[in-house]
Amino acid sequence: MKIIVLVKEVPDTYGDRKLNLETGLADREASETVIDEIGERALELALTYADANEGTEVAVLSLAPKGATATIRKCLAMGAGSATHISDEALRGADLGLTAETLAAAIRRVEFDLVITGNVSTDGSGGMIPAMLAELLDVPLATGLSSVEISDGAVSGSRPVESGVQKVSANLPAVISITEALPGPRFPNFKGIMAAKKKPLEVLSLADLGITADNPDAARSIMLTVAEKPPRAAGVKIIDEGDAGEKLADFLVENRLA
Amino acid sequence: MTEFPRDAILVVVEPRASGELEKAAAGLFGAAAAVGTPIALVLASPGAGSAAAAEAAALGAARVLVAETPDPSVLGVPSVDALAAAVERVQPDAILISHSLNGRDLAGRYAARSRAAISADAIGVSRDDEGVVAHHSVYGGAYDVTSTSTFGAPVITVRQGSIEARAMAQPQASETLAVPRSGKPAARIDSFEEVVAATSRPELRGAAKVVAGGRGLGSEEQFALVEQLADALGAAVGASRAAVDAGYIPQSYQVGQTGASVSSQLYIALGISGAIQHRAGMQTAKTIVAINKDGDAPIFEIADFGVVGDIFKVVPQLISALEARKK
Repeated sequence: MKIIVLVKEVPDTYGDRKLNLETGLADREASETVIDEIGERALELALTYADANEGTEVAVLSLAPKGATATIRKCLAMGAGSATHISDEALRGADLGLTAETLAAAIRRVEFDLVITGNVSTDGSGGMIPAMLAELLDVPLATGLSSVEISDGAVSGSRPVESGVQKVSANLPAVISITEALPGPRFPNFKGIMAAKKKPLEVLSLADLGITADNPDAARSIMLTVAEKPPRAAGVKIIDEGDAGEKLADFLVENRLA
Repeated sequence: MTEFPRDAILVVVEPRASGELEKAAAGLFGAAAAVGTPIALVLASPGAGSAAAAEAAALGAARVLVAETPDPSVLGVPSVDALAAAVERVQPDAILISHSLNGRDLAGRYAARSRAAISADAIGVSRDDEGVVAHHSVYGGAYDVTSTSTFGAPVITVRQGSIEARAMAQPQASETLAVPRSGKPAARIDSFEEVVAATSRPELRGAAKVVAGGRGLGSEEQFALVEQLADALGAAVGASRAAVDAGYIPQSYQVGQTGASVSSQLYIALGISGAIQHRAGMQTAKTIVAINKDGDAPIFEIADFGVVGDIFKVVPQLISALEARKK
């Protein structure tokens, strides 16, 4: 079984995140970058399966700027067997279409059984890369899984939708995405960190993948404007002197909120 | 073949298991009507198309194309095939789809297939000289961004509950859409269990009022205080990640960057310190109220009305004061 896990480097959601107001691109200097936690959970799922099933190969794939090597290496330290880092200046500001085409080209180079991704990234909130990959790779898709069972030749799980929960299954190869309901990631231990230094970490450019960033046949999403919202101002703050509940009730009634 | 309006906006909707259209449908037609003529694509299970088409017209669809899937156990692919056929026929200026799980899958697969551009998670649409523009609120509402497609109709997914505008009802004009099957590999839906709402409380996403609790509630039992205030106000219940991690309430109630984003009229935070992660999910609420015993909690920086006090004293008093005022 070969499992490919997609991970994404994102600005830490526990810090301030900034956009450059001229380029509209993420200001990577402004915040700490981390592996998006949902991607770590996706990796945990793959590693848990690998722990129990000998001969499982777990490969991490990430499209990220040059400086992302350390976060990708953390995935190797957690236990992934190999990593591929797609890095190219022409991918700066890539939209979902270019991102999906590039990732699909990298996945197509290898025989795979399962691609696991997080359901939605914390920075872009698009949540569409898994679907785009399934279409481009011509394999079944099962998204938003809150539980997953991987077996020889198939994958199944629970898929909460608006009005209930579906039980879904797909033949391999397939693309799946998982939700935060799955277990959180393991911490890399010392042995893992040492071993990670010897594991293969391949860096690919767009030329290596035969992708042209400015393909005239593909429509691209472009940002037209970007503006920072003024920060929200604090309003009234009172200290309870035994009547705060009454005062708050007055506030809600006056503002027609109760 | 009947011509479609030149300013057609294709709105894709699907019925819920219970038969009525997904909740986001009204907002999608409202957004579409502001920038063009809404044309609906109804993705229905066998036999459910005509009722859904009538509902789409009532919500503002000038014309309705009905695609009933031949096999409802096939996940996703029949919807993509139907959308490709509908776009071919209607030649819309933009395609609007809910940013729900199924909506995101549909938008992603269709865009990859047709090489269309996606504007994801929009909170509004407008028009400029070139075409339809999507408006986004990103990084937890800290930035306003607009986007569009370099050419062709953009595929725009719309955040659930973000559109207040509603379209005028239209006379029903529906037809069955012929859908060529792609035969693409798909996952199967083996079974479906409908979740029947156990309470009359509104759902968190799209709720007008939200009462959320944090670690300050102290225990799963004491989290009931959040529910009591929610019921007194007719509000949905939410929670901070700390309360979810502490096991007070399931993850589906989590508000924040990694949970639900809410833009309610009223947001009441009980015992929530207001970490950036949480603020990112609720700071676009119109009115924010916070009660916390720690006067330095960051939540007070964004609260319109903040109470420094003990939630177990303030909230019961608030509930009885609200009840007294109702009499």
